[in-house]
Amino acid sequence: MSALVLTLREPPRQRVDMAGLDPRALAGRRLAEVAAAPVACGNRTLRLDALFEVSGDPIATPDSGEIEIRNASSRLDHIGAGMRAGTIAVAGDAGAYCGAAMKGGILRVSGSVGAFAACAMESGGIHVGGDAGAFLGAALPGERVGMRGGVVSVAGNVGARAGDHLRRGMLLVAGNAGPYCGSRMIAGTILVLGGIGDFIGFGMKRGTILLAAGPARLLATFNDCGSHDLQFLPLMYDKAREAGPAFAELAGFGSRVRRWAGDRGVGGQGEILIRES
Amino acid sequence: MIVNGVAIDDTFAEAFGMKATRLVITADTPAWAMHAATAMTGFATSVIACGCEAGIERALVPGETPDGRPGAAVLLFAMSGTELGKQVLNRAGQCVMTSPTSALFAGLVGDDPIKLGSSLRFFGDGFQISKVFGAKRYWRIPVMDGEFLCEDYAYLTKAVGGGNLLILARARAAAVAAAERAVEAMRKIEGVIMPFPGGVVRSGSKVGSKYKSLIASSNDAFCPTLKGLTESKLTPDIEAVLEIVIDGLTSDAVAAAMKAGMVAICEMGAEAGIAGISAGNYGGKLGQFNFHLHRILS
Repeated sequence: MSALVLTLREPPRQRVDMAGLDPRALAGRRLAEVAAAPVACGNRTLRLDALFEVSGDPIATPDSGEIEIRNASSRLDHIGAGMRAGTIAVAGDAGAYCGAAMKGGILRVSGSVGAFAACAMESGGIHVGGDAGAFLGAALPGERVGMRGGVVSVAGNVGARAGDHLRRGMLLVAGNAGPYCGSRMIAGTILVLGGIGDFIGFGMKRGTILLAAGPARLLATFNDCGSHDLQFLPLMYDKAREAGPAFAELAGFGSRVRRWAGDRGVGGQGEILIRES
Repeated sequence: MIVNGVAIDDTFAEAFGMKATRLVITADTPAWAMHAATAMTGFATSVIACGCEAGIERALVPGETPDGRPGAAVLLFAMSGTELGKQVLNRAGQCVMTSPTSALFAGLVGDDPIKLGSSLRFFGDGFQISKVFGAKRYWRIPVMDGEFLCEDYAYLTKAVGGGNLLILARARAAAVAAAERAVEAMRKIEGVIMPFPGGVVRSGSKVGSKYKSLIASSNDAFCPTLKGLTESKLTPDIEAVLEIVIDGLTSDAVAAAMKAGMVAICEMGAEAGIAGISAGNYGGKLGQFNFHLHRILS
């Protein structure tokens, strides 16, 4: 499939706001028009081609267009923020707010992403080949509802507060998750295949946090509900395996888990499920 | 037309439009899946008094079900989407949710939803949990053996009800044997059910009655004991008639089932006591689908 290619000329000295550079917004524009698009870099506004070499094919159809961002940098913020359709493939790292408030389409990052990736995301898919920073799938600062739909997968580790205020959707983490994972969760699903930090599920009201391995300790405000075979788990594993090879091991997972309910400290009825073989 | 000594009447089965849905029931074992499916499709032989017509389409192996367990596909048919919705919900709640280890899923996709878990969830009394995977929502309802997992909605489709065959035999035992053989063959066709006991009905009906309160009454033209009293369609040698009613998701499925049934009956032949095959033709009073026996067999 042909793609519009943006190749970063050199790592920017200041942060670059990539918001608005998504397939739908650039659809129908000739390469020269794309090259002239304004981009905020620090306190300046530059032409896109001052930072990127613009090549490839212009996007003809807004719903199936593809953008490739090559030689990417962790200083490129808001990549895919608010995008509604199409695909953005990032070769390298991405900065903060990657896929923030995304409403559709697919965003793939081969490297790592910064803080607040997928925050307030509504639909679509974000797949990260490396690690993710803090507040993955959380709420935008000042808001009280986090990610509310879609699927986010991270092949590496995620920072603190992943899924903070999560409302709906799936966060899939193949590596480790930092402290306060699923804090203040409203609903939704988090899967962590690696290790997990402290204070998991702090203040969660509903939702599911599924752990392949038990944490060192749980908050005292989670109550043991015993071991069970839960029939929704095979459906969840099937869906999660679609996120890529990092989650292939789910094929061998059974449906038996130990269920902890909480956070009772806030009257919550969420659950932490710990896999039992 | 005569096949292997069996006379095939030049007539047609008259069928009518219905609304239908397919549901998939799973359980820890095939036996428990079948218990739930049997309960759900019980007392569902005819819309005349049961509210719906239902049957087990077939057993499902683990690889065919959403949760990877053994299961059963059931089909339910009713005269309207509203009635189908009521029947599905009542039967799901009383027959499937109650059955140990069961889970319930939609077996069709479409644009016309009927409630499943979206209503049954309230049984969870606030402890129910919603899970959304992709475009589907599931409800986890706490029950005494764990959780009842139920998809949010099922989907209905236009369907065909009332396809039928009449087996005319020289002895009752011969009619029963032929009906059993035919039903066995028809059950191999996807998308159809034969809703009566064992797939067979002996009290075939005609439209209307001398009693004003009844919409249907005994099909006297095919009752062997009335040969001397009514305008009978039976020759003197006919001693028993059995009917197989077929409901299908499509008219093609109904026709395929009728063909499979007729072929199976004809294979038994006149030597087995089978005199002929006919069909319930109500002169156009019943429905818009006409399944001509000769055309189906040719």
